[in-house]
Amino acid sequence: MARLVAVEHQLGPVDEIPLGEGRAYAVGDDMIAVFRLRDGSLRAVSAVCPHAGGPLADGLVDMKVVVCPLHQNTFELATGCSTTGQSPLTVYPVRADADGRLVVGLPPA
Amino acid sequence: MDAVDQRRCLVVVGNGMAGARTVEEILERGGGDQFAITMFGEEPYGNYNRILLSNVLSGVDDEAGIFLNDMSWYAENGITLHAGTRVIRIDRFARRIYADDGTETPYDKLIIATGSRAFVPPIPGIHRPGRGYHQGVFAFRTIDDTRNMIRYAREHERAVVIGGGLLGLEAARGLQNHLAHVTLVHAAGHLMNAQLDAQAGAILRRSIERLGIEVVLGAHTTEVLGKHAVTGVKLKDGRTVACDVVVVAAGIRANAEMAATSGLPVERGIVVDDQMRVQDEVDIYSVGECVQHRGETYGLVAPLWEQARVLADHITGTNPNAAYHGSRLATKLKVAGVDVASMGLKEAERDDDETVVFAEPRKGVYKSIIIRDDRLVGATLLGDVQKVAFLMQAFDRGLALPKERVEMLFDLGAPSADVSAAELGDDVQVCNCNGVTKRALVDTVQGGVKTLTGVMDATRAGKGCGSCKGLVAQIVEWAADGKVEDDPAASWYVPGVPMPKAELMAVIREHGLKSVSAVFATLVPGGEEDAKSKMGLASLLRMMWGDEYVDERDARFINDRVHANIQRDGTFSVVPQIKGGVTTPAQLKRIAEVAEKYSVPLVKITGGQRIDLLGIRKEDLPSVWADLDMPSGYAYGKSFRTVKTCVGSDFCRFGVGDSTALGIAIEDRFKAIEGPGKMKLAVTGCPRNCAEAYVKDLGVVAIDGGRWEIYVGGAAGAHVRKGDLLAVVDSPDEVITLTGRFLQYYRESANWLERTYAWVPRLGIDHIRAVVVDDSDGIAARLDAAMAASVAAYRDPWLERRDPVTPGQFRTSLPLAVLPQVPVRDTVPVAVPGPVVPSIGSAVPGGGSADNGNGAGPASARRV
Repeated sequence: MARLVAVEHQLGPVDEIPLGEGRAYAVGDDMIAVFRLRDGSLRAVSAVCPHAGGPLADGLVDMKVVVCPLHQNTFELATGCSTTGQSPLTVYPVRADADGRLVVGLPPA
Repeated sequence: MDAVDQRRCLVVVGNGMAGARTVEEILERGGGDQFAITMFGEEPYGNYNRILLSNVLSGVDDEAGIFLNDMSWYAENGITLHAGTRVIRIDRFARRIYADDGTETPYDKLIIATGSRAFVPPIPGIHRPGRGYHQGVFAFRTIDDTRNMIRYAREHERAVVIGGGLLGLEAARGLQNHLAHVTLVHAAGHLMNAQLDAQAGAILRRSIERLGIEVVLGAHTTEVLGKHAVTGVKLKDGRTVACDVVVVAAGIRANAEMAATSGLPVERGIVVDDQMRVQDEVDIYSVGECVQHRGETYGLVAPLWEQARVLADHITGTNPNAAYHGSRLATKLKVAGVDVASMGLKEAERDDDETVVFAEPRKGVYKSIIIRDDRLVGATLLGDVQKVAFLMQAFDRGLALPKERVEMLFDLGAPSADVSAAELGDDVQVCNCNGVTKRALVDTVQGGVKTLTGVMDATRAGKGCGSCKGLVAQIVEWAADGKVEDDPAASWYVPGVPMPKAELMAVIREHGLKSVSAVFATLVPGGEEDAKSKMGLASLLRMMWGDEYVDERDARFINDRVHANIQRDGTFSVVPQIKGGVTTPAQLKRIAEVAEKYSVPLVKITGGQRIDLLGIRKEDLPSVWADLDMPSGYAYGKSFRTVKTCVGSDFCRFGVGDSTALGIAIEDRFKAIEGPGKMKLAVTGCPRNCAEAYVKDLGVVAIDGGRWEIYVGGAAGAHVRKGDLLAVVDSPDEVITLTGRFLQYYRESANWLERTYAWVPRLGIDHIRAVVVDDSDGIAARLDAAMAASVAAYRDPWLERRDPVTPGQFRTSLPLAVLPQVPVRDTVPVAVPGPVVPSIGSAVPGGGSADNGNGAGPASARRV
């Protein structure tokens, strides 16, 4: 059955991601890296670097970008665009719900 | 001003480059909270870059493009600006200044930045009685001068520029844009005589003449001719040069009359001390071209920036000890389209000064250097300034010079940069680590990226092993057609904090910044953090503060978060500590058992004589460490790695020293010490060098007679370099002392990611030896103590296996195989209308690992 709208998925508690770091989650067929920035805001992008498959959740982040730990390719967390010439990442809407659990939105299949 | 304003009044007389820059620096240090700032400027504008007036004249820059701060800047920063107002007198007893609009303004602190004015020689006819310059005569100093000159020149034909210095050459070249004939008349025997010797001046003259500018030397102008307007100039030898425009560019003089008539000490400029305070005054300061400091006046921009910083540090109390010690003058510019660089002396002064001169007049190339006591004390480059970067560094910092002096003027043995960059094929792979071609570099430059670091960031060229950086720089330079922009960030320690290392460390200490986030919050305008700076800052802070360092795990690279080396598939490699490469059957058995238990795909002896277990899943790391029950071998960080050894004297029939014992001792002492780059060491038992000590960051070689040679700055990685001999010592204890001191000095002064093979030649082995062995700077005891403190702070990071520092510290980040899916739960997603299939994804708790006992898996995963 075709789905027409984004589907939200509940992941684990927000505080299982340390401030300033990322963790990877499997959601359906997607691997999603969720980052909890130092100001507490959340970002979610595809977890695998398009360049050579690097684990982006292991990368260093600031308020704007994540840097892949393998070859230092850099991606904007807000747009998924690479500043080092790679294909873009998928960006997922992500938030914390009232119970402090991560909620990530997947585009309709 | 607000009635409750508690701030002191700071008045700045002068709104040019020095005055405005000083105010910018003051504001940057929070001076806006301390001072209500009032500025006076004689010109009716915001402040602009006077240096670029030449570009306005030659049409390269638009007038609007040279403004540094327009009027809105003053308003935004709460500065009261009196533009177009001249200050006529200071009453330093009443603490007031009087301006020509009749106003008086009180001050608590006063800064005089009146700069300089054009020097106009007293040539008959240059002025008209009662109306300033004769019709057609111009000085070249202000934006109004420039505007008037352009307007006038457009309607006339022939110009004479009086003065063949920097400004005169610029004026002559610029005027060619507006009229047909330009003649440069210069009183001295050669052009730019303040900076160049006669031979260089002669070569410059040829280049200038080739541009179509007529040059007359030894030409004293005795009269400006013309009744109603200029018709020519008369020279001392009787010749006349016909013209209808005269531009006077005969030098500048400090604008200090107002200060002098107000009773301040003025010689060639306003006399100031090292804090830029006017001599014998408490609250009056002066900065810029109007200043005389230690007998010197400066007419270049770099000294002015330095003075502004010192004054701002001092007046805001940011650094009460800030002091200006004068500037060593080095300039690199394009004068009238010709590359010129000059620094220090232009000619030898003493009998034993060494000089090396190369001249190729036809090509307009001239290079000379002057060396005194093995130090560069002067250099001139004309037409070819490729080596200017090295020369300026050598001049500024007193670097050791190559024995073959000619290497300072040319790149020997390699094709010249122009040739190699231009002739490389488009498809040639320049960066062999990241596969970047010449074409990719050129495209990036043509796409508008004009800095080397910008191109490196965008393409990742030079970001692997770094060995191609030089070639990348050449290609960028070539592709940008010489218009490469200086990257201010090039000297910064990390890209996100605008400071070089020494300054950064001083400020960190001063503010007591003990965490990476505190550094960003305090030192970055806007407080913005920067992912690419975190690792370097974490390393620096750890080195500086030891146990007091506030560890923030997100500032660490993944290797340092999980204490293992990330591999291409996202797994990690584990290297247990095996000091000096010496192990036991029991250790080997345990390693073998662990390798079997975790199905380690690859067991490898490393280049540093250690055993590497490759392909360990992140989630298995804690249990692997527990099963190994050996300390970390530190094969992952920017840190002290291993000490490679040979058999030494125990079994080897050639060994003359117990390299194994010494290697173990060194590794035991310095294990885990972090630094700006990794540190790989070796000790070898005889000069046969089986442990390859000559090509290590620090290598020790036993020589006959019980002595030890210490080599530093060697490399056999991306770069190959034989280390320089630091010292020969008599005992292993001395080796350990010097090793610690050397490594500490490296940690404190090397740039981030600068390995010793770059750092040692940059500082020069003589300098390093003086500091480390001879204690020339008197810091040896401090270096020893700092290293001892770092050594004492050692803690095996693998003990984190018992108690992870962050949630999910060892949770996988990548689906290496098909991930186990977590079943769907009956939770309806919030706020999503329409048909939904409720489903829940979850974190991946380690792909069914035998031992997931690190508590990292999220609760939802546990419910499988």
